[in-house]
Order: sequence, then structure tokens, then C-alpha cells
Amino acid sequence: MPATKSVPDSHGRFGEFGRRFVPETLMQALEELTIEYEKAKQDPEFQSQLEHLLGTYVGRPSPFYFAERLTEHCGGAQIYFKREDLNHTGAHKINNTIGQALLTLRMGKKRVIAETGAGQHGVASATACARFGLECVVYMGAEDIRRQKLNVFLMRNMGAEVRPVHSGSKTLRDAVNEAMRDWMASVETTHYIIGSVIGPHPFPMMVRDFQSVIGSECRKQCLDALGRLPDEVIACVGGGSNAAGMFYPFVEDYDVKLTGVEAGGLGSAPGQHASPLTYGRPGVLHGSYSYVLQDDDGQTLDVHSVSAGLDYPGVGPEHSYWRDSGRVQYTMAEDHEAIQTYQLVAKLEGILPAVESSHAIAHAMKAARKRSADEVIVVCLSGRGDKDVAEIARITGQEF
Amino acid sequence: MTERHFETGTTVSTRIQQTFETLKSNGQMAFMPFVTAGDPDMTGTQKLISTLAATGVNLIEVGFPYSDPIADGPVIQSSYTRALNKKLTVHQIFDAVSELPTDELPPLVAMVSYAIIFRIGPKAFVESARDAGFSGFIIPDLPGDEAEEMFGVVREAGLDLIQLVAPTTPRERVWEILKACSGFVYCIAVAGTTGTRENLQTDLLDQLAWLRAETSLPLAVGFGISKPEHVDPLRNLADGVIVGSGIVRHLNEIGEGPEALDTALEAISTFSTSMVQATKPS
Repeated sequence: MPATKSVPDSHGRFGEFGRRFVPETLMQALEELTIEYEKAKQDPEFQSQLEHLLGTYVGRPSPFYFAERLTEHCGGAQIYFKREDLNHTGAHKINNTIGQALLTLRMGKKRVIAETGAGQHGVASATACARFGLECVVYMGAEDIRRQKLNVFLMRNMGAEVRPVHSGSKTLRDAVNEAMRDWMASVETTHYIIGSVIGPHPFPMMVRDFQSVIGSECRKQCLDALGRLPDEVIACVGGGSNAAGMFYPFVEDYDVKLTGVEAGGLGSAPGQHASPLTYGRPGVLHGSYSYVLQDDDGQTLDVHSVSAGLDYPGVGPEHSYWRDSGRVQYTMAEDHEAIQTYQLVAKLEGILPAVESSHAIAHAMKAARKRSADEVIVVCLSGRGDKDVAEIARITGQEF
Repeated sequence: MTERHFETGTTVSTRIQQTFETLKSNGQMAFMPFVTAGDPDMTGTQKLISTLAATGVNLIEVGFPYSDPIADGPVIQSSYTRALNKKLTVHQIFDAVSELPTDELPPLVAMVSYAIIFRIGPKAFVESARDAGFSGFIIPDLPGDEAEEMFGVVREAGLDLIQLVAPTTPRERVWEILKACSGFVYCIAVAGTTGTRENLQTDLLDQLAWLRAETSLPLAVGFGISKPEHVDPLRNLADGVIVGSGIVRHLNEIGEGPEALDTALEAISTFSTSMVQATKPS
């Protein structure tokens, strides 16, 4: 069966993936959220409010940019960037948090919780909450707080409370666990703004929808600029929200090749990478059924990536659906490739891509070399790389 | 209104059913404490189970450590982390439990994440658990509407699948959930994760009265039960109480060595005895 855009069904199923594997305590809240979201989606006033904010506050549409010198350097297909790095707060995450903050207001809730790994979603949540006067609590692994001081500073200055999570591996997945726990006790007054296309239904669908503005704009921009659709669209995949938003509008354009790039880390051994779609198996994590990195007992495996935003053992269920239906090809880029690409794009284009996005560009360069000059590749440049400078300096031995 | 009548679908009663029937005829409530398998190690867990059995508990809930337990509070999660840090596996749990005289012990109920069951395979997991001596299952992240297949597998093995009902669960949904429930109904006292609470909510009492009229299954209340004083308000409304983190917290800061465990076991024994006392007719 070819993949379709008409997913998920009313049970949150993307093919066999997705659904809800959560404690009974959350079921009613998820049901109510699904109903509220469906109403908002049909409501022209909600949609026009969202559109207005995306235009005047986020700075959309984001540019569709021809990376001319990178294209020349590779000597193959033309490489274009969809510039999500130019959004307010510097990444695609804000597309989702503005949408969910509006939904929070609509539901009459006053408090928001969020989880964050690298801090990008935390900053985007704190930003949206500041904009609407909502109370905001961000759960963040103690280890990540130490590594991402700048983002912690930004969140606190925008009035958010950053709560350190000391349990388990003290990273993103523990922050998700802690946020879900908070939500179980606070669901009547609180909305949980999940940061990626993960978790129980309706989150994977809702986050994809809010992020689809990326792909919808890009599709139109490409038609306007070039008079045709691209040959290939490439995005990096951690939980998979920028990729889901980029790919979804192209899913039924079957001639457009879609490629997701996971974090290959240091290599293929367990614990050295964060590539569930490449090395993992279907299983249950964080409330949904999808590809996951687990041992033979179902315990989540440790993951590694130079990029904190891709450092996650699971992936959104729609990606699993796209993988198994063959609609999207998934591959990976390793740490060193991402770092080299970061440095190269800075010199050739005057753009510092986030180290996450650098994974996608690294693969785009390989793909471009195998294609002819009249073919077109579009990469989602999901965020800017300022947040990564200290880490890049450390790894490459530069003064900072 | 036949659809509201829930029979377990078997003529042979399970150990869990028998336990509740016996208690009912004595006018006593069931007490089911929770222990983590493998904290501090499986030998310690064997001792802990024997200690609890000696105080007269009626069922014992055995938690299978999981790396990402969203339904449990910090006390149980730390306990899981300690066990997993020692590389505990599911088969070590089954092996250690099968060394116990489970026929003479109160029924053991496995509390286990669906992530673990799915990976091992529902049928393989349930059969290994039965062979080890478990009598039933609580799967906190497998909600009633996803549990149909699992219910079939568990009943096929002659065991019970216990379902959870939350204070927020709408009544129409409760009926759906009860279709995949046997043994008893686990009634969640408060929203939130396991841990201690000072007061029991009045919503709970209403829900128990309603459930009592809807099902013949015994009702056991958990989440927020932490001391003997919590038992009496539930008398005549519920058939049992479950203590989640109350036992495990005694293992939180024990040092190394058998003496440390013995000290913890003494405190646990005192607490468990006081809970058992509270469940007896006044």
C-alpha cells in the first residue's frame, strides 16, 4: 500500500504505529485534547489567528534559498535550503509551540509544561508562554542543563521555571518521563506542549500539523521559483518534527524522493548512535508504538549523538509508517560528517547551521554528487548553529 | 442491561478470586503491598516477599523494573534504576520467583510495562510468568481499549489481568475497560503517580459506590494509600488496599550488606503488620 496523507485514524494509528500506551489517568485528557484540537483545526478564527502570529511574530514564510556555492562545491544537483533557522528563536520548534499555546488558551488552561533536551523546544515554549502570559515549567535533564547554559538562561529570563531532572540518564527521555508525570497530576489545569511528533495520540498528528507549514510553504516556493517540484527533499530526524513537517505535504507527490537522516553518532554499536529507524525495532516508548532502540527485555538503550536535538532513542510513529511503507528512505550521518558540514557551510554560504541540520546537509551533499545539474534537492535547515559553537570549538580544538 | 454484567468467563476460579472470596467471608479487606523485583537484588526480594507473607498480607505486587516508568513516582523509579544498574533481566526475576514456594505464598501479581511484554511477546511472557508462579498482571501503560489481545492471552493461561480505573475515567469508558478485566479492579485513588497523599478524595468514594453497583469484581484502591488510617474510610466501599511506594521507600537509602537489609526488613515488617491489622474487621 502506498503511503497516504490520510493518517492517523481516529485511534491514532499510522498503519500499525502510534496509538496510546499510557496510564489510564491520562486517557481522558488525551481524548479531550483530541476533540479540542479537531475543533480548533476546523475553526477559521483559530487558523487565522495562528497564521497572523506566524507572519508577524515568527517571521514566516521562511526563505527558500539557493545554496549556490555549496552546489558548485558538490558539482551535482542544485541544493536549496528551507530556512527555518531564520524563524524567531532560531529553529522550527516555534511553529509548534505557538500553535499549542493558542490551543492552551482555547482550552482555558493557564499552565504549560514542556520537556527539552538541547533546550530549543524549551526556549520556544518559554517564548510562546511569555507572549500569551501563560505559566511555563520546562523539565530538563540535569546533564543537559549543564551542557546548555545559554538556553537555560534564555528560558529563565522569559519567566519559565526550568526544573532539573535527576532520574535515569538525566537527559531528554527522563525529561519526557517527568513531564508526563507532572501532567498526570495536573491535567485539569495544565497543557503539555510536547516538542516532537512523539508520544500518545493526538500529539504525533498535532505536532506534524503545526510543523507542516514548513513543507506547505516550501512546496509552493519551489513551484513558484522553479516551476516544478524538487527531485528530493531531505531533513534530519531525531524525534522527527522538522522532517514530519517538511515531508508531510509531499507524501502524495510520489515522484519526490523523501530522505530522513538520523544521527549515526560514532558508529553502529549499541549506545554509539541514535538511529532507531536504521538499527532499532518496533516497540513501545513514551506512550506510542514505533521504532525504538531497546534491549531484548524492552529496556531503552542509551544513545549518543554530537547533536543534543537528535539524541533520542525513539522516533515519531508516522516516520515508522513512512519507513515500512517505503515512502521515506532513512539513512544517517555520523558525528564527524555533521561537524565537517557545519564548518563547510559556514565558509561557503555564510550560514551557521545547527549541528542537527548539518546531518541533513551532509547527506544532501552526497546525494547531490550522484545527481545531474538540472535536478533539485531541498534540505530543511531546521535551526541555526549559534547554540553549538562551544561544543564545536571543544571538539575541533578551537579557542572560544 | 446484560452488557453491564461482567462474568470472568471461566468456571475454575483463580487464586486471586479465591483470595478475595475467603477475605470477604471473613469480613476482611485485602492488603497488597508493592515490591520492586531486584532491589537490592533478587535474593533480597525473595526475603522481602517471605517477610511480607509472614505478616499476613493477602497479595503481593511485584514490579518489574523498567527504564522509563511514566506511571510510577520518584521512589519507585529510583528503586527500578537501582535494580537495572545491576543488570537485572526479566528471566532472572522469573528464575528467582520460581525458587519460592509460591503455592504457599499469597498470590503474586506482576506489575510490568507493556514495553517489556511486547518485546518478549505477550504469550511467551505470560507463560513464563505462570510457570514461575505469578497469578496475575497489572500493565499500567496498556489501557483497557488496547488490552483485548492481552486479556485473551492471560485468560488462556488461567490467570488474571487487572485493569486500572482512574478518577477521571468516564463511566462509558469504565464499561469498556471492565470487558478486559478479571481478578479485581485497581481503583486509582488520586490523579498523579504513586506516592504518599494526606487525604483521600471524596470523588473516589462516589466512584467506588458506583463501581460496586456495576461489577461483581472486587475493588482494590491504590495510589495515595500509605498508612493504616487510610484504610478505615474505605471499609464497605472497597475490598482491598494497595500500598505502592510505602514498602520500597524503606530500601531507598539502605547501605550495603545483609545487616542493612535486615534492618529495612524489620521496619517493613512493622509497617506491613500495622496495615494488615487495619484491614481486619474492627
